[in-house]
Amino acid sequence: MVTSNPTVAAPLGSSASGAFTVRIAPPRGWFALHLRELWDYRGLLYFFVWRDVKVRYKQTAIGILWVVLQPLLTMLVATLFFGRLAKMSSNGLPYSVFCFAGVVPWTYFSTSLLNVTNVVVENQRVITKVYFPRLILPVSAALSGLVDFSIGFVVLFIYTLVFGIHPTFAILFIPLFLLLAILTVLGVGLWLSALNALYRDVRYLIPFLIQFWTLASPVYYSSQLVPQRYRWLYGLNPMAGVIDGFRWALTGRGPAPGSILIASVAMVLVAVLGGLAFFNYMEGSIADRV
Amino acid sequence: MSTPVIQTAGIGKRYRRGLQASSGLLRDSIARAFRSPLSLFRRANQETFWALKDVSLEVGQGEVLGLIGRNGSGKTTLLKILSRITQPTSGWAEIHGRVGSLLEVGTGFHPELTGRENTYLSGAILGMSKGEITRKFDEIVAFAELEKFIDTPVKHYSSGMYVRLAFAVAAHLEPEILLVDEVLAVGDINFQKKCLGKMGDVARAGRTVVLVSHQLNQIRRLSHRVVWVDAGQIRQSGPTAEVVSAYEAAMSAGDRSTASRANGAAQKARFVHWEIAAPQGKSPHTLQTMGPFNVRFLLEAQTPIRHAHHGIALYNAERQLLWCHGADESDLVPGLHEVVYEFPALPLRPGMYSWLLTLWDESGEVDRWEGVPDMLVDTESYQHPRDEWSGVLNIPVVLNVNARSEPSSSEQLSPTSATAADRASARETGVKKG
Repeated sequence: MVTSNPTVAAPLGSSASGAFTVRIAPPRGWFALHLRELWDYRGLLYFFVWRDVKVRYKQTAIGILWVVLQPLLTMLVATLFFGRLAKMSSNGLPYSVFCFAGVVPWTYFSTSLLNVTNVVVENQRVITKVYFPRLILPVSAALSGLVDFSIGFVVLFIYTLVFGIHPTFAILFIPLFLLLAILTVLGVGLWLSALNALYRDVRYLIPFLIQFWTLASPVYYSSQLVPQRYRWLYGLNPMAGVIDGFRWALTGRGPAPGSILIASVAMVLVAVLGGLAFFNYMEGSIADRV
Repeated sequence: MSTPVIQTAGIGKRYRRGLQASSGLLRDSIARAFRSPLSLFRRANQETFWALKDVSLEVGQGEVLGLIGRNGSGKTTLLKILSRITQPTSGWAEIHGRVGSLLEVGTGFHPELTGRENTYLSGAILGMSKGEITRKFDEIVAFAELEKFIDTPVKHYSSGMYVRLAFAVAAHLEPEILLVDEVLAVGDINFQKKCLGKMGDVARAGRTVVLVSHQLNQIRRLSHRVVWVDAGQIRQSGPTAEVVSAYEAAMSAGDRSTASRANGAAQKARFVHWEIAAPQGKSPHTLQTMGPFNVRFLLEAQTPIRHAHHGIALYNAERQLLWCHGADESDLVPGLHEVVYEFPALPLRPGMYSWLLTLWDESGEVDRWEGVPDMLVDTESYQHPRDEWSGVLNIPVVLNVNARSEPSSSEQLSPTSATAADRASARETGVKKG
């Protein structure tokens, strides 16, 4: 009867005695990922995401309005200065649509990166009091940003329709680019959240990092400005691939992402694998350090 | 003994001293790496200490094992290793069964969320599934006696209500193996008794429990077997009565083992013992009177100390400072000194309290001692029955409401001027007096 009704959040399966055995020993190896265990704890992952979302909407008085206003106002200001005054090229799209389609995924990335970086430190009480795979925390922080993203996406979608831009088959690719965005957040965030638990000054680096990164990503300008032979280099910034791809998938205009996307995907894979190994290596001692 | 469900062999945990304190700035680490690149690989010169060393024990199916020992002896570290919160440096452990660990009350509670939401959240963090929590939800709320406030954010709860809900969630955790650290030390005595009852049920239901506590009464009541951990090693293990008495004897003898001393260097002087000298009750660490009593501390000086002054403080279980006193300067000769405080009364609400003693001389702090064990105040409670009205003090007031001849002043004494709390406690006091 071991498999009859596995409890969701409980890792240890049925109550038949001896059915589950945990062996506790000193950590060894860098890359002993316990994906099976992560899956067993998916119930807890759900609750962490649920908590983040609940708390976020309870704390801000204007709640959803703020989620809509933030990218909308950013887009309006950028349209005024970069679109109207600087007359930057925008892949044949109205500049405001071009910019909005970059701001929405970018907002997801920047807020989620900040949340993932802080998630281990913010949950230090829980970490020092109860066991669960620590990887759940950064993953939950990366996922809980999707609620804000969805709201922003709906507004963006309506906005593009208003401008007479109708979705093409390319819109089917949006989930893939979203997945790439989530993996980018994790690929960078896993490093930062483990480092943040070790060094108190990491959190002060994040605003600078994000500011720097905004300028290096095609949020307000087109990646077409980058000379063709340097595109792959530009694509090593994974958000270049995410934003280019997202914009293309939503509007169906402009060139489909090429070398930039390939470079971005490769970079993300490297970052995620490295991040997992690093986080996993630090995981054992995180409770001793935070 | 029945089949072991927990088995450990040679478990050890080494910490690097000042791991958390060592600057903790990425900036500094990078700067150090530039100055001497090899320092990144050099760890040998860092001072290490073993919080736990070579601990081997077995816990049988359905057994309740008590872990005792003074602060810093390693019993919590052992519990954290068994809970998988921290990893051992050496040795191994094997655990057969679903583990639930209660290392604090209210794990995962978020102040902005309601009681209902926190019940689910905390339940999930402690290892319950959503379906399990839903099934037990009504029972949990009833146990906590919070039916009316379950949809109020817990930031509006009194500490008593908070603890009751948190404990109710924890008490309904049904793992095969329960690891509990000191959590019963909070809340009012009545609720503690209720929780002890619940824990007894857990033990009788055949589940295995490992319990860490400073409250020896609790250990006596619940444990089948006790392990005394001292300076990271098992000092004694065996039947409850035997080990607890040995531990108590060592404590009263002023036994402060050298390994648990904060600074390894020879101390000029240190506090070694405390007790309630008069009146004598069932235990020298239990206060049972609302009247005058004396507390005696023993101070051992190795060298003469000039201009010694000392401080004494009393904390409650929530580490709230209740009272503090600084004593004047004096010179101490080597030898044992008795420091006696005469209290006219200490009207504190029943529960656990702890003393903190410090000794200073011209050059700075000489000793800082958390009086071991904690003091249990076990007097009759004159508290308001509702937690949100229970305070720090416990005062057996007598209330008289007399009708005065002038109609105007009797109106001032009408029920609106006496609060609900006054009336309830008057009623309660009246019942007890009667």
